Amino acid sequence: MQQEKSYLRQALEQGLVGGAIIVLIALLGIVEAFKERSIVGTVLSMGQTFIIGTQFLISYRTARKAGSDQKMAITGGAVTGAVSGLVLAFLVLLSMLFDLRPVFLNASPALFSILAFGQSQIVGMVLLVVFGAGIGALAGVIDTLAVRIRSTILQIVAIVVLTGLLAELIKLVLGQWPSIGRAMNWMFAGKGLSIIGAVVVALVVLVYNVYQAYAPVDPKKKPFFDAENWRGSKGYVRIAISVAVLLILPQILGVYMSEVLDQVGLYILMGLGLNIVVGYAGLLDLGYVAFFAIGAYVVGVMTSPEIAPKFFGMTFTWWEAVIPAVLVATSFGVILGIPVLRMRGDYLAIVTLGFGEIIRIVALSDLLKPVIGGSQGIQGIAKPAIGGFVFQDQQSLYYIILAGVFLAAFVAIRLRDSRLGRSWMAMREDEDVAEAMGIHLVTTKLLAFATGAAFSGLSGAIFAAKIGSIYPHSFNLMVSINVLALIIVGGLGSIPGVVVGSFALVGLPELLREFADYRLLVYGALLVWMMLNRREGLWPEEAHQRELYIDKDTPADAEA
Amino acid sequence: MTKSWLKRVSATDVVMWVVSLIIAGIVIYGSISSLQSGKYDGNTWKDLIVYGLTQGSIYALIALGYTLVYGILRMINFAHSEIYMSGPFASYFLASALLTSGFMDKQPWLSLILVALFAMFSSMVIAVSVERIAYRPLRKAPRLAPLITAIGASFFIQYVFKGLFGAGVKNYPELDVLKGQVNIFGLEMYRIHVIVLISAVGLMALLYTLVMKTKLGKAMRAVSEDKDSAALMGINVDQIISTTFAIGGVLAGAAGFLYAIMFRQVSWYMGFIPGLKAFTAAVLGGIGNIPGAMLGGLFLGLIESIGPTLFLAGLGIPAPNQLKDVIAFTLLVFILIFRPTGILGERLATKKA
Repeated sequence: MQQEKSYLRQALEQGLVGGAIIVLIALLGIVEAFKERSIVGTVLSMGQTFIIGTQFLISYRTARKAGSDQKMAITGGAVTGAVSGLVLAFLVLLSMLFDLRPVFLNASPALFSILAFGQSQIVGMVLLVVFGAGIGALAGVIDTLAVRIRSTILQIVAIVVLTGLLAELIKLVLGQWPSIGRAMNWMFAGKGLSIIGAVVVALVVLVYNVYQAYAPVDPKKKPFFDAENWRGSKGYVRIAISVAVLLILPQILGVYMSEVLDQVGLYILMGLGLNIVVGYAGLLDLGYVAFFAIGAYVVGVMTSPEIAPKFFGMTFTWWEAVIPAVLVATSFGVILGIPVLRMRGDYLAIVTLGFGEIIRIVALSDLLKPVIGGSQGIQGIAKPAIGGFVFQDQQSLYYIILAGVFLAAFVAIRLRDSRLGRSWMAMREDEDVAEAMGIHLVTTKLLAFATGAAFSGLSGAIFAAKIGSIYPHSFNLMVSINVLALIIVGGLGSIPGVVVGSFALVGLPELLREFADYRLLVYGALLVWMMLNRREGLWPEEAHQRELYIDKDTPADAEA
Repeated sequence: MTKSWLKRVSATDVVMWVVSLIIAGIVIYGSISSLQSGKYDGNTWKDLIVYGLTQGSIYALIALGYTLVYGILRMINFAHSEIYMSGPFASYFLASALLTSGFMDKQPWLSLILVALFAMFSSMVIAVSVERIAYRPLRKAPRLAPLITAIGASFFIQYVFKGLFGAGVKNYPELDVLKGQVNIFGLEMYRIHVIVLISAVGLMALLYTLVMKTKLGKAMRAVSEDKDSAALMGINVDQIISTTFAIGGVLAGAAGFLYAIMFRQVSWYMGFIPGLKAFTAAVLGGIGNIPGAMLGGLFLGLIESIGPTLFLAGLGIPAPNQLKDVIAFTLLVFILIFRPTGILGERLATKKA
């Protein structure tokens, strides 16, 4: 009896938390902003998806806690759902009593009309609670089903919602071949899927799951990315196919998606560099954007017809500028590295953050205006060209970025397994012990900063060519934070993690442009959540994973 | 003896000395030429100094929050700048409600106090919840983990405020009682500067008494010395840490309120730069050291206010005020390099951090 009571209390608390989250989502304007954005025809809009999704997830979590007791799971889910609905109903009630708009920008009548299902507010409030309880009970029921059925249902829901979200893009890609685009028209309605489209997607997932369930299991089969699969003669075929796919990707996906790929690529480049500094060497650098900016500005100064002739008497080509750009960025990596050699942890973070800001403010000020254009920036930066071919558009620049990423990844992998890489990791684990083992800390640290800066400088040089004109505003702290977030989300110290992180944190928001306003908010929440629940990242590196979970004393405790 | 001294000098040290000599040269040359040019009279300097001290006292209040938390947890509370922002932002709504209801015109002082209290309270709530959600579960985790959650929490709070209340700058109501000048010891000063200075100094005195003279302060000091022993002595460590965050939050809220009535505006991004500056101030005074944070804040405010005119204008740099932030950050870097202990602190940056 005691057990049950405390479980119900848990369900209640979960419901309150869920309700609070939904209220926050609603008041942030997310629900209203996406009320027109349909996911499945007229049945499901994105705004509703957020509410229902949150209710479902939180009820599902409660239901999971119930363990094997089915009745309790369903009751718990229903209670959680109902309570979260109640919290929302309370918000609607508040909106009837007071005018919330002067305080909460998004507490508009339209929002409350959505929340009340378009009914009058009183009816809406009752509906909210009943509906919440229904969703919660449904989550509870799904929790009690057999594992295979449960995972199939969840997969269907997740994939239908995801395709609905990305429907517009799929349409865009298919639209490159008008005949295919027209043939697939029945799948889409508005910006989302049509009802038939949703059913078809659901069926495909269902069939795939059924096939998986009855297909013979090959015990020797390894996961796709397992290193075993990529060695030997079969491995070469696989590598050849993957490279071929990467090469024709921009042609298949079209201009817009190539642009997204370019952005992701530039962030992968930076991420690989910062991964060396933070992931391998354990030096938390928050001013990483400085080297990106330096790379971009060197290319700008050397190739822009407005500025270069003043200093060099001529303009250079992009290829001639890219080497100096990387070299200058590298030397700045060393120069800015020297003062922080003796600092650790938090201090390092703050000082590097200060450096990043200093570079930005100086670039913005009138002090260097004749050289780098102050707030007006530099225009007319040269595009790379080979022979007569100019890498003009996003689709061709993709190849330059791809080459850069491959080069950087190769260097990063080779460095990781080298003597230097091992020194970095030893230093990361414990500086004093590393020093006692004969590692020269000054050189090792400076090499980490220099390598990281070189990658970032290269990324900056390509960036400058890509957008053609650079302004100090492009190089704000957000870039550093983005890069840091993506390597953490991907998994600190893990090279595939950088790629996964870039696609998740740079690619996905680019595809879901509508979310642009909420991007950093989600980053913040994601960083906290990752550190609390999945510190090793999406694609962890093994050694680092071990380190993050060793329960060692903090230095403060050790000293005391 | 000379030999061993020479031996300890590394190439890095030499580079640093050269750099610092160059900077010192620039500063001295700039100051002399600024003073010689005679463009600025005594009155300008006095205004700059008073303004600098006022700004500095706000920095000092924020810096105390960093220092208190650092003293206890040995971590930098990155989200502190958002704690500072949230107080005045929340109390803006109270202030404008009081203004529209006419209460503010009838009882200006009372309503100012109400608004200030509300700002402190809101900041305190945010501070305690950040500690509870983002830091407490990670108390035994590696140092990088809480730092990253702190960065995450900071962004989350900023963008929640932006999303909930809008991206624009909000104007605090203008009060007649805060306008005009007063004459103190023959010095003409803006009334608002005097109010800010007095309230800030009062709060700092209050905090100092709290930490040094009360039982709670004693417990805080004990936890900061040694958590485990403190726990053995019957001190509820988690509760003391929460209280420390709460006190830091109250001070940050007060600082934010003073900023808001001085510059009469709040926005969701108002915390970042002052937060960084206040951290500089805390390091300047010696992080973990309460009088140090106060001193560091005042000093930083002063340098920032007179610095551009004194050091840079003489060098013929166009628009020296644009480089105000660079002075603060350069100062931070140099303190951390040459005297990581700060003015009053113990040697922390390299040893404990």
